[in-house]
Amino acid sequence: MSKYEPVMGLEVHVELNTKSKMFCRCSADYFGEKPNTHTCPVCLGLPGALPYINEKAIEGCMKIGLALGCKVAEVSRFERKNYFYPDLAKGYQISQYRWPLCVRGEMEVVGLEGKRRIRINRAHQEEDTGKLSHIGGVTLIDFNRSGVPLVEIVTEPDFTDTAQVRDYAKKLQQLFRYLGVSNADMERGDMRLEANISVRPVGQKELPPYRVELKNINSFRFMVAAIEYEIKRQIEALERGEKLTQETRGWNEEKKETYLQRSKEEAHDYRYFPEPDLPELRISESEIQRIRESAPELPWKKETRFMSEYGLSESNAKILSESKEMAEFFESSVEDGRKLGVGPRQIANYIINQKPDISVKVAEKIKVMDVGVIGDIGELGRIAEEVISENPDLVESYKKGKVTVIQALVGAAMRKTGGKVDAGKVREILEGKLG
Amino acid sequence: MRLIGDQVKKVAKLANLPLSEEEIVKSSEQLSKILDYVDQLSNVDIKNIEPIFNVVGSSNVMSDDTPRVSLSQDEALKNASQKKNGFFITKGVFEE
Ligand SMILES: [Zn+2]
Repeated sequence: MSKYEPVMGLEVHVELNTKSKMFCRCSADYFGEKPNTHTCPVCLGLPGALPYINEKAIEGCMKIGLALGCKVAEVSRFERKNYFYPDLAKGYQISQYRWPLCVRGEMEVVGLEGKRRIRINRAHQEEDTGKLSHIGGVTLIDFNRSGVPLVEIVTEPDFTDTAQVRDYAKKLQQLFRYLGVSNADMERGDMRLEANISVRPVGQKELPPYRVELKNINSFRFMVAAIEYEIKRQIEALERGEKLTQETRGWNEEKKETYLQRSKEEAHDYRYFPEPDLPELRISESEIQRIRESAPELPWKKETRFMSEYGLSESNAKILSESKEMAEFFESSVEDGRKLGVGPRQIANYIINQKPDISVKVAEKIKVMDVGVIGDIGELGRIAEEVISENPDLVESYKKGKVTVIQALVGAAMRKTGGKVDAGKVREILEGKLG
Repeated sequence: MRLIGDQVKKVAKLANLPLSEEEIVKSSEQLSKILDYVDQLSNVDIKNIEPIFNVVGSSNVMSDDTPRVSLSQDEALKNASQKKNGFFITKGVFEE
């Protein structure tokens, strides 16, 4: 057992899938386009150009914030984050600092020791930078991505193991897709992870006096590997009596180690100040209510409902709520199944094992598979006769006008044959004989 | 308010301005004077005044998410000192 424990926080950037950019109306659909064909004076940072807010992006940011249980701030403002880098056209990024749009949420994650609540500090709105490529000693710049809406979600340093980090990142990705605000594709850079890692002696309450930022890691797997390496590196350094300092590190996948990118001495001084060219945001209660009501059922809620409502196992419920499309496919199949006497668990198993195309009528498929054997009218007639003679009470109440008991008779026919009858046909035949 | 050389160097670095020793001395003078001038604001009583972040004073002004026509690649690159294959070119920086 280690004498040290990790203290970790996560910053996640997600590019919203709006049609146009955050502060101009250039197309935000830049992927694979010719360089510098989606720009204008605003996103090129030309002098005198004035930004204006994309309301769809603001809505997307609020959708994310509300789904994470955040409060939408009464007043929120944009600020300029000043630094020089060639991908930044204006010499500053429009971001939020002191007045973020969404604050104080939380998410439940599962780690090595079970469930844990991770506090969300904020979900704020900002803009993406241009894209650089480094070729032959020069740097090429494409500003098509400059100004694409970006939401940053920052947690408190609440993670204590990498399983929690992984679960959190996966759940966020799932959430972005459920909400339809982003494709959240890691490889394409729609979603980017940064982790703040430090370690402290077990039992210590205060946060460590330093933290190492892990940046520019574009897969869940690399992130976990980088964090694990970093925890080990830091513990070893402390055990050797070294003092750790604030720094930024990257991940070298070939060497399987983190490397120093920027030390404290070179730390940025962003000189944030309120963006004078943009109005502040005051989101009304009715607007917040509208967004809340339009939100889909969240994946983790769906998962528990699938367990309680349909009696699915946790693992099956998880698979079937993985994507909104999958969940909708499952539930519409369950709806079909209800009419055909095919149960939710049968449907769940079929979908998970057979992986049918979303256009397949699963309930009918299962029924044909099971039932195909007894489709013969004569055979079904005999079964109906038997059911009628074996259930005089039901037959009597049916004849007295309680027609719903027909379901019970159909059920009896199903049981009799191990489910190998066509419920619709049996019902028809029963009704004929009783009617 | 007096700015010393180190502070000017730091500000110059943050502003990405290469300053010679001579310019640093000159800038210290000038920036100090500007700060003194602005410092007159410290004499105003602002106890009961809310800060203004935006002179227009409006809020929630937004526009809908409809893309408009962008500049052509040629127009976008018109002022570039160096360009190649549709890209702006700058002296090499290492990927962070
Ligand atoms: Zn633009």
